[in-house]
Amino acid sequence: MSHPPAPRTVEELTITSNDEVVTVRQKVRATAIELGFSLVDQTKVVTAASELARNTLVHAGGGQANITIVQNGARRGIRLVFSDNGPGIPDRQLALTDGWSSGGGLGLGLSGSRRLMDEFVLESEPGRGTVVTVTKWTR
Amino acid sequence: MDRVPILKIGDVLIVSIQGDLDDQSVLTLQEDLADRVVATGAIGVIIDITAVEIVDSFVGRMLSTIAGMSRMLDAETIVVGMRPAVAITLVELGLSLGGLRTALDLEKGVALLSRHGTQGTSDLSAVGL
Repeated sequence: MSHPPAPRTVEELTITSNDEVVTVRQKVRATAIELGFSLVDQTKVVTAASELARNTLVHAGGGQANITIVQNGARRGIRLVFSDNGPGIPDRQLALTDGWSSGGGLGLGLSGSRRLMDEFVLESEPGRGTVVTVTKWTR
Repeated sequence: MDRVPILKIGDVLIVSIQGDLDDQSVLTLQEDLADRVVATGAIGVIIDITAVEIVDSFVGRMLSTIAGMSRMLDAETIVVGMRPAVAITLVELGLSLGGLRTALDLEKGVALLSRHGTQGTSDLSAVGL
């Protein structure tokens, strides 16, 4: 009745430039505020979004970010899906290791985002692209 | 693209980062600061991140790089004004920012520099800091 179970997509954004990474951060923050996340949790979600959006730009040359509001019983959450058609990740285990980087970064993007969010799913096929789905629930 | 202004007070360069910087602006700031440290012979650099809502690995790396670079150019870097939520997030992200000096606010940052700077004390007190 008052809790529609269907996920609601609030933003579908393209990531093709540094400016658009900034836009992703701003839209994610606006959605996290709307959902009533604490300041610390807002900061964690926006930081994870920034890492993943940059990954999409740097490793795949661009892609897409979708921001969705999800519901599980009385709890609401924010779900972010970053997808690209880039080279993909040949070794998922390695890619999730702290400090390992293929792009000259610090190697904290994937592993760090995983720690900052409640749920983390990495799907990738070499040559086909990568989809990273992360979710954080309100407390 | 935004260019972050770099202020000079006595022997110290002060940068106050406002708002959400894109990655290119972050790199530009890094280069501008190195140039200004050499051009002014500054003994200290204070980076005020009071208005910064998130520090991700890119910005974190920039802060460490500026500190390392300034040290080689004979200047000490102090990051001031980090928000509690930013500190919590940085630790969870896995970024310890080792080697980076911090102070809670601008005033404490300036005090830290004047304690450590050899010739800095008199110049800082001359401008009322």
